[in-house]
Amino acid sequence: MGFLEWATSPWGQSVPIHIAWFLIWVAVIAGFLFFIVHATYLRYFAKPREFAGSISPAVAARIPDHVPRHSLVARLFHWIMAASMFVLLFTAFLPKVGVQFNWVTYHWIAGTVLTASILFHIIHASFFMDFWAIWPDRIDLRDAWRRTVRAAGKPEPPPDRFAKYPLENKLYHGAIIAAGLSAIITGVFMMFRVRTVFFPRDPYLFSDMTWGMMYVLHGLAGVGLIALIMVHVYFGLRPEKRPITKSMIFGWMSRDFYLQEHDPNRWVVETSSSSSASPSTSKGLEGRGLTDAG
Amino acid sequence: MAVIRDVMAAFELFQPTSVADAQKLLEQHGPDAWVLAGGLDSFDWLKDRIKKPKAVVDLSGIEEIRGVRASGNNGSDGIEIGAMTTLTEVVNHPIIKQKYDLLAQAAEVVASPQIRNQGTIGGNVSQDTRCWYYRSGWPCYRAGGNICYADTPEGRNREHAILHADRCVAVNPSDSAPALIALDAKFVIRTRKGERVVDAENYFIGPDIDITRLHILQPGDLLTAIRIPSTWAGAQFYFEKIRDRNVWDFPLMNVASAMVMSGENSDKTIDRIRIAVNGAAARPLRLKTVEDAVLGKPRNAATGEMAGRVAVQGAVPLQFNAYKIPLMRNLVKRAIVRQGAGVEDAAWAS
Repeated sequence: MGFLEWATSPWGQSVPIHIAWFLIWVAVIAGFLFFIVHATYLRYFAKPREFAGSISPAVAARIPDHVPRHSLVARLFHWIMAASMFVLLFTAFLPKVGVQFNWVTYHWIAGTVLTASILFHIIHASFFMDFWAIWPDRIDLRDAWRRTVRAAGKPEPPPDRFAKYPLENKLYHGAIIAAGLSAIITGVFMMFRVRTVFFPRDPYLFSDMTWGMMYVLHGLAGVGLIALIMVHVYFGLRPEKRPITKSMIFGWMSRDFYLQEHDPNRWVVETSSSSSASPSTSKGLEGRGLTDAG
Repeated sequence: MAVIRDVMAAFELFQPTSVADAQKLLEQHGPDAWVLAGGLDSFDWLKDRIKKPKAVVDLSGIEEIRGVRASGNNGSDGIEIGAMTTLTEVVNHPIIKQKYDLLAQAAEVVASPQIRNQGTIGGNVSQDTRCWYYRSGWPCYRAGGNICYADTPEGRNREHAILHADRCVAVNPSDSAPALIALDAKFVIRTRKGERVVDAENYFIGPDIDITRLHILQPGDLLTAIRIPSTWAGAQFYFEKIRDRNVWDFPLMNVASAMVMSGENSDKTIDRIRIAVNGAAARPLRLKTVEDAVLGKPRNAATGEMAGRVAVQGAVPLQFNAYKIPLMRNLVKRAIVRQGAGVEDAAWAS
């Protein structure tokens, strides 16, 4: 049982044609296994969270009741991307598990929506948001080490509170970038093989081998996204993560949750007083959170 | 690629004598099983070693799905044709000739007399496409691959689809299928969950739904009979098949229609009509828009012209099959006009 399906091209060359479809079930099972292992760990083995230091009453007093987290534009992007992603996954894989319908048109239309929304997101995140907020920094790596060592029962100082996004969130974003961009880039080329409104059909754009690798990469990214989306939905539904999920709907999180989980020095929240104050007056207020929060 | 001819790969042969046994075997072997009816499509695949089933279920010993059964007095309530009934039996059956001659006309132009003696009605509607890229074992979409070799700038696609192509451009080669659609036939399928009866037009599927099959049969399913209701018994029928050779050839395109007129003499108008074509798409197409367009209209050249134009709306020719658009337009026109209005009214137009 191979991970790839191979065929012999008209020129006698052995070429991959797509992934083996049992990988769909591997991804689904992996997603469910993650739920079980993670939920079991949290329920029976995880130690209570502990963060270094405490937030000064003066800083805490400046935090509003509703801490702005995601702008309307960012939320719209997220939900449009989510809708198109679900359409893409269902139209891609339901026919492979026996639910037959006219899927190709819906698939490429959803792919076009996803591509457009991702392009918008790249521009929006690069020029209108804090680009670096979603990338791991040195403190994230240090704290990851501390949390790992402490989870193993060995002495290590507690980690700092999170910046705007916890490390897990940042790593997940990285995985989504890898899988999503792989699926999108290969998907755009694959649109040359079907009739769309965008460009003339040209099945000979690449060699059979290159096309085969493209289909394989598209398939691997697709099944990877099944597991990633399952994990994303799982975390979105977990009780302790609900404030984050709600913030993606309403745009804000509560002051209590913010103070409990986030470091005001690492994720600077724009307030009536901070917006007029110089960022340099407070340690870590580099200003990178200011544009990002709203 | 097919390099070895006439020597089939080994398989286990089963020869059940009842539908129940056949279905049990098909369920048991699932996708590894191959249903053998007349064998005319099957042996191509098996001898070319393109398809290598592990089990072949030969239906030739099942009497219960053979022959034509009439319901009511002399078929007044319709007929049921067993799936293993040969095309010759269909052509020669007196009730079919008398009341459902459209099917007899269609079956009579299938291939050659020898093939009609062996070929079955079930096999004729369930046979695979004749696209030579696919039948040569090339890894095209229909074979589970990721390309259509026929739909390329250099692809040989003279016989391929002009309508409803979706990645694959192969066409359905059946002659009896459009006739059965025009007669509003029902296909009886035995599935794991019991008996299922579907309209003829819904028995066939295009690549948009499933690119690897031309019909809805899943592994384990068995087409057992075709029922023709009395709705169109004795109607005015028209069948025409266009092929490269006038014997022993698959259709480039064919058309079948059943029509009932109302009114008197020169005031006669089309009261009811069903019309279908095959060879234009991966499934035989019932031309519902044409039917709606000609209802209540007189049967004349103008109606035929209009029907032809409506029929080809949305057609997209490939590199070498643009001729199929006027072909289809003319066939539909002739199916409307020629039924009593005179051949000259339905002259070919480019």
